[in-house]
Amino acid sequence: MDIGLTHYLVLAVLLFGIGLYGALSRRHAIVILMCIELMLNAANIMLVAFSKYTAYHQFDGQALVMFCFVVAAAEVSVGLAIIITFYRRRKNIDIRDVNLLKW
Amino acid sequence: MGINIMFWILAAMAVTGALMVVNMRSLFRAALGLIMCFLSIAGLFITLSAEYLGIVQILVYIGAIAVLIIMAVVMTREVEHSNLASPYKLPAIASALAFIGIAIWAILNTKWPTTVIANDMIPPLQTHSIGQLLFGQDGLVLAVEIAALLIVVAVIGAVSVAKEK
Amino acid sequence: MNSIAPELIWAIWLLPLAAFAVIIPLVRPFPGKAEPASYFSIGAVGSSFILSCWLLISVWGAEGRQILVNGPTWLNIAGGPLFNFNLLLDPLSAVMLLVVTAVSFMVQIYSRAYMHSDPSYRRYFAYISLFTASMLGLIMSANLLFTFMFWELVGLSSYLLIGFWFHRPSAIAAAKKAFLITRIGDVGFLAALLLLYSNAGTLDILTLNSSAVTAVLSGSVLTLAALGLFLGAVGKSGQFPLHTWLPDAMEGPTPVSALIHAATMVAAGVFLVGRMFPLFEAAPYALTVVGIVGALTAVFAGTIGLVMKDIKRVLAYSTISQLGLMFLGLSVGGVWVGVFFLFNHAFFKALLFLGAGSINHATGTFDMREMGGLRRRMPWTCVCFTIAALSLAGIWPLAGFFSKEEVLAAALAQQPVLFAFAILTTFLTAFYIFRVVFMVFAGEYRGSQRLHESPKTMLIPMIILAIPAIASGWLNANGGFEGLFEGHVTHSFWEGIFGLLTHPLAWISLGAAGLGILIAYVMYIKVWIKPDRIKGELHPVYAIITHKYWMDDLYENLIAKSLLYRGVFRAAQWIDRVVIDGAANALTSITKVFANRASHSQNGALQLYAFVGITGALIIALVVLLI
Repeated sequence: MDIGLTHYLVLAVLLFGIGLYGALSRRHAIVILMCIELMLNAANIMLVAFSKYTAYHQFDGQALVMFCFVVAAAEVSVGLAIIITFYRRRKNIDIRDVNLLKW
Repeated sequence: MGINIMFWILAAMAVTGALMVVNMRSLFRAALGLIMCFLSIAGLFITLSAEYLGIVQILVYIGAIAVLIIMAVVMTREVEHSNLASPYKLPAIASALAFIGIAIWAILNTKWPTTVIANDMIPPLQTHSIGQLLFGQDGLVLAVEIAALLIVVAVIGAVSVAKEK
Repeated sequence: MNSIAPELIWAIWLLPLAAFAVIIPLVRPFPGKAEPASYFSIGAVGSSFILSCWLLISVWGAEGRQILVNGPTWLNIAGGPLFNFNLLLDPLSAVMLLVVTAVSFMVQIYSRAYMHSDPSYRRYFAYISLFTASMLGLIMSANLLFTFMFWELVGLSSYLLIGFWFHRPSAIAAAKKAFLITRIGDVGFLAALLLLYSNAGTLDILTLNSSAVTAVLSGSVLTLAALGLFLGAVGKSGQFPLHTWLPDAMEGPTPVSALIHAATMVAAGVFLVGRMFPLFEAAPYALTVVGIVGALTAVFAGTIGLVMKDIKRVLAYSTISQLGLMFLGLSVGGVWVGVFFLFNHAFFKALLFLGAGSINHATGTFDMREMGGLRRRMPWTCVCFTIAALSLAGIWPLAGFFSKEEVLAAALAQQPVLFAFAILTTFLTAFYIFRVVFMVFAGEYRGSQRLHESPKTMLIPMIILAIPAIASGWLNANGGFEGLFEGHVTHSFWEGIFGLLTHPLAWISLGAAGLGILIAYVMYIKVWIKPDRIKGELHPVYAIITHKYWMDDLYENLIAKSLLYRGVFRAAQWIDRVVIDGAANALTSITKVFANRASHSQNGALQLYAFVGITGALIIALVVLLI
């Protein structure tokens, strides 16, 4: 059986699901950040796959992926900055301690 | 046929890397898993005839993001072996499985258009085409500018947030 | 003389309004003496007075004795009539205009001296201009809607002027009382307006009157509308049972009492009935009610006037009583009889009040027990006051005699019982007013002030007003006044003045008045009968009268305190507190409890938030996919 669109999509869904599980279940903020990167990459795979298999214009999906890169880079830089700051304050980066924004 | 084999190998590598990220006790190993995952995704881009993106993936994700993450891991060395599960492990598994189930079910039940672009239709100079699309006439110049602004702001913001007081 | 131009007719009421508008914002900053305020005000009303004289002559010469001035459209109801602010000038309104502007003119000149040391001098003139403007508007408007609006405006200015010295609690209470009690009457007026509008489709006075004549309006609608209008008149004119505010209204400055609560505003009720007279004529029951209420009030208020110690209160009850006679005159004799009485009464009653003010200026009190012997120190005041008193008592040939004569004659022709009431009132009037005259001017001074005659600015208006108090009745001597209303009825002037004396009726009335004066003389000058002895022997009657028939107690204790305060209001308060507040409080406490519980779901655990968000997204995806 030839590899087709469905294969890529299922792979992306699997990666996204693993990322989702990690983001929801880990305590360490950096791991959560990494999981978010995983989910973004899963989305990128989908975009490129659609771009190849269904697009009317071949490069639309790829151009979108470029923007995803930019957003991911921005997100990681800011996210890590926050994590570092938090670490300096608490000597700890447990997401359970980041709970000041409550009732 | 070669592409098929490539796909399976890369897919397996990507999933393994992702599972490493989630399950490795050591943060450093988790980061290595992430890099493995990024690498195989770059390979997958190439199997999708998006060679340029593959290169950029390696440059940006591995060269910048993964390195940044490893730097952060190293800087927060005192929190060793802390890749533990939070109280929400079960709900997390449940929602992840539910998501995978629903999404796969949806993918399999959708009639996708099958306009596969033959390999000989793909222009040889992908960089040129993407460049045309991003910067050319009727292109996405404005979006590019906004993205540039975004990353500038993000970098400045990151510096100002992380600065020692 | 040329007929008056419409612009000048407008000017009659717009001039005082302009004076008000100028005084309120502009004159206030002038430092020191506030003279400009009174100049504006007096100048405006003086011009109005001159224009009113011209207008009266023009109305006399106009076709149908009527001038209709078209004004701007105020309200345009789709499919309904236009509410045009037209002016209707007929003999009735022209005479009223003359009365109002003349008395207002005199009173304002008088006020310059009376109020000269008051810190609120300007405010006083602003209010009194506002009052004059609204009163003139009330008189001239050709549409009952505008009449009603001005009616409320005069009520407002009356409220402001009664409470003019708002630092006195009694003045505030009196102002409130006046406002509230007249409001009861105004509800009747408003109800009548609505009834008339829904049945006749218009509030134009001429149309309403003619539709009453042509029986477009008839039956119970007409009677109810007339009674409603009369209820408004009862409130405004202080008739029984809504009279209790008028004596208390004497808390205002005395010139105000003279202008508003004796001569003009309280006569607005009489004017209203006169204005809608064809409507009342077509509703005989309503007209009978007018007469009965008038006669009852006349006697009722007259008796209370017998025992009051405060000179202004005596005059106030006298006003109520005389207004009762006006309503009686309207009922039995038609418009011109009532209005002729009103016309004469305005002058001599204003003069009496100005006299009382002059006395107060000298003695610093209104209590007659602290006066006496003032004729030596205040000769001019004494003369003027006595002239007005004689006129009020109805002594030939002063003004009061002629108008009272017409009322008595008409009453005798219509209904002997009403005539008996009127004669009794004549007697009471003569007695109480001469009780005042003798207590104030005769005998020895019982107070402790240094007496002095009032300044010229106060005396001159009084002397000028004394002229109509003597002579205004002569206007009808040749049938002129009656002719103005009813068409020409001429007999010669001297016949008119002396001819009345040949009728026995005149002697009955003069006898009653003379008897009243005589008894007052006997009791208060010669003291052959000691007032205290009468007090003792007629103690039950005396108690009833001094308590003003317990009308105030009835209203305040029984209706206001027991029925409304303890009953209705307390029930309303209970409903408000328990039901309405309870519902609101229950709602807030339920919300609060719920919010407290719900806010604990905001526990700050980011991953729970993410989990909930993902779950929501999945549910939405499922719904979209499955449907």
